[in-house]
Amino acid sequence: MTERIIATTDEAAEQALLTAENIIKKFGDFAAVDDVSLTISPGEIHALLGENGAGKSTLVKMIYGALQPTAGALRWQGRALHLNNPAAARRQGIAMVFQHFSLFDALTVAENVALALPPGPALADLAVKIDAISQEYGLPLSADARVADLSVGERQRIEIVRCLLQDPALLIMDEPTAVLTPQEADQLFRTLRRLAADGCAILYISHRLQEVRELCHTVTILRHGKVVARLDPSVETAATLARHMVGDSIRPVANSPSIDGPEILRLQSLSLPADGPFGVALKDLELSVHGGEIVAIAGIAGNGQSELFASLSGEAPTAAAMISIGGQACGDRDVSGRRAMGAAFVPEERLGHGAVPEFSLSDNVILTRHMADKDLVKSGLLRRSVARRLARRVIDAFDVRKHRLDPEARSLSGGNLQKFVVGRELDRKPRLLIINQPTWGVDAGAAAAIRQALIDLARAGSAVLLISQDLDEIFAIADRIAVISRGQLSSPIAMQETSAEAIGLLMAGAHERRDS
Amino acid sequence: MRLVLERRAEQSYWMRYLSPVLAVVLTVFAGAIIFSAQGLAAGPALYIYFIDPLTTLWSLEELVVKAAPLVMIGVGLAVCFRANVWNIGAEGQLTAGALLGAALPILLPSFQSWPVMVLMIMLGAVGGALLGAIPAFLKTRFGANEILTSLMLVYVAQLLLDWLVRGPWRDPKGFNFPKSAAFEGWQLLPTLGDGRVHFGAALAIIAVAVLAVVLGRTLKGFEIRVMGAAPRAGEFAGFSPPRMVWFCFLLSGALAGVAGICEVAGPSGHLQPHISPGYGFTAIIVAFLGRLNPFGVLVAGVMLAISYLGGEAAQVDLGVSDKTAQVFQGILLFFILACDTLILYRPRWVSVAATGKE
Repeated sequence: MTERIIATTDEAAEQALLTAENIIKKFGDFAAVDDVSLTISPGEIHALLGENGAGKSTLVKMIYGALQPTAGALRWQGRALHLNNPAAARRQGIAMVFQHFSLFDALTVAENVALALPPGPALADLAVKIDAISQEYGLPLSADARVADLSVGERQRIEIVRCLLQDPALLIMDEPTAVLTPQEADQLFRTLRRLAADGCAILYISHRLQEVRELCHTVTILRHGKVVARLDPSVETAATLARHMVGDSIRPVANSPSIDGPEILRLQSLSLPADGPFGVALKDLELSVHGGEIVAIAGIAGNGQSELFASLSGEAPTAAAMISIGGQACGDRDVSGRRAMGAAFVPEERLGHGAVPEFSLSDNVILTRHMADKDLVKSGLLRRSVARRLARRVIDAFDVRKHRLDPEARSLSGGNLQKFVVGRELDRKPRLLIINQPTWGVDAGAAAAIRQALIDLARAGSAVLLISQDLDEIFAIADRIAVISRGQLSSPIAMQETSAEAIGLLMAGAHERRDS
Repeated sequence: MRLVLERRAEQSYWMRYLSPVLAVVLTVFAGAIIFSAQGLAAGPALYIYFIDPLTTLWSLEELVVKAAPLVMIGVGLAVCFRANVWNIGAEGQLTAGALLGAALPILLPSFQSWPVMVLMIMLGAVGGALLGAIPAFLKTRFGANEILTSLMLVYVAQLLLDWLVRGPWRDPKGFNFPKSAAFEGWQLLPTLGDGRVHFGAALAIIAVAVLAVVLGRTLKGFEIRVMGAAPRAGEFAGFSPPRMVWFCFLLSGALAGVAGICEVAGPSGHLQPHISPGYGFTAIIVAFLGRLNPFGVLVAGVMLAISYLGGEAAQVDLGVSDKTAQVFQGILLFFILACDTLILYRPRWVSVAATGKE
């Protein structure tokens, strides 16, 4: 089954690996997936495109058995398929890499993988297998590393390896490249192409139009839960795909030259010991960010980005002199103290770090603003009406789509929650914004809105420090760029004086001092 | 047909309140089975256990006497459990509070004016908080699991009490019985009329009201809920996990200590080796049955008090073991925890055909 199957509809139905027929999924009155049909053949890389909230995740969760359709049917190799749970899907040979990982922090890589597999191999044998597969597919992983100590990118590798170990017939990938470097992504594409050539079908969810064009044989585009187009991506352009995906609401990011403001953030030989055996130590970071500019920190996942964010936000305090905001040393202040100095922070993880999943949006406003907004708390008492008003303001300003007035944070789709979390901080008009991976797992429309908001904030005179693994994003909005690699930071370069290749070299560690 | 649990997108509002009701119904049902298995008529047995205690004035008073410590300790534990701080040692903190509070009348028996009562209650709070401070310190300093340390300290406190009432604090005129001299005058809690309902019941209701406001309306309450729901987000909000551990242990320890001194200065009127029928442990069930909500705890405290009275009644009238009350309490906690699954999951029947081939 090495050749790609190009077939007419009738033949396709006969040879199809998986067919979805008129699938509907309702949550209450809200149809997240509305009458969607889909056919996937063996060896096909089938892209599923759509904005966040378009119903992609819901659709694939049904194919993976994590949700059950309200109406409609699935067929597997022509036979009716009923999946009550993911285990049933895995038995059929359907594997999935989720956008939000389901890993146990306290366990090691091998233990996490073992939990997802049918009972059998000893942990030691499994570890050997994991190492072999991660080597083979260019997904470096240490089988006995503890998940809590791993970055998002590394955690995703566990998920991918865990699927590959099951030898799947259909592999579902929910935005796999969002946290990978270009090189890692290329390696992944090679892996996926080889899997496809071996006859494994791949259902590929992504927002990155370019990679869908490069990689996928077919693309199904969803909007508001309905199929709006089925196309051959190789004959489309990124622009035509984007138009189908978001309608015509997409705005190009309007950048303007940076303005020269006073220095707002200064790092002076910022160092932080590694937290745990798999953590990254920060070594003598030097950086200065001025008002009016966006400085980006590029780097491969797990090179000290989370540590840098924690030390900047105050969750991992340092010596006072190592960090100054507006000329005032504050390395020893906590996150509230730094917020009071006009800084705002957006962490990488939305659920559980940036927002409390089971809290309403208005309660999540209180989370980061109880210190800075004096009218939110009056002599120790919360003022919920103020919180609700703030939440509404953020929701309106950032077009956060939700299904009821003040929903729990976890019920929002990734992009909408991210718009809310970013909007919550921007609404304060901070003079310094530290933002980590702002558009991870966010659809093109939301990503453009967030990037535009960052530019607008900087051009209004604030300093923005953007930690990102997405080079396209960095090249789109940053004024200067520095690269972090194994806890060391290169000196920043103006964007117009550099190229993707130069940055790629730095990401590979060209600036690291040899003594370490 | 097969029952599957389906994760809900949001918590079910109704199930949050229906789940404890369902748990109580299932407990009664399980009780019927247990009584039948012992050869008793289930209907009358359940009546004696659950309804009879509510039919006479005497037993209603007794109900309040038993509910007061359960509610007082339960609200403190509700705060702890909300914040993901697992204080399992309220029984020990109760004992420590009773000890320190009772030290005043025992060591200064002639001190007789109104400040005595106030001081005794304050010393009770201090005693409970001090014992609670030990697991808090071990947790924040060394990362020791507070479930184990707080639980083990229960036995330390109880053995200390045992030693004191058999040794240095034994009533010299007490015919060698292991108990302290009886308290009198200002050393005893004021009661409602001539009955056994004492001032501790009022303190319990005050604790419920204050903590309801704190949890629902204040920033501190917000902090407690955030730390329990998402500790990382809590740190991001600028809240300190060690401070939260200290706060919870000191608060719940103090409340348990007040419950302890109220027990000693109220219904018993002297120290003895056994001052509580396990209120500190039963309060854990009270906290969960009450949805970790102060008003819920008030209702749950009364219900668990019924299980104590029913246990005594069943022992007298039915001749069943005095462990029956504990069995019922255990079954109740089991069903509460099981039914809570329904808050986040929706049960659904799936036909076997739909299950597909395995």
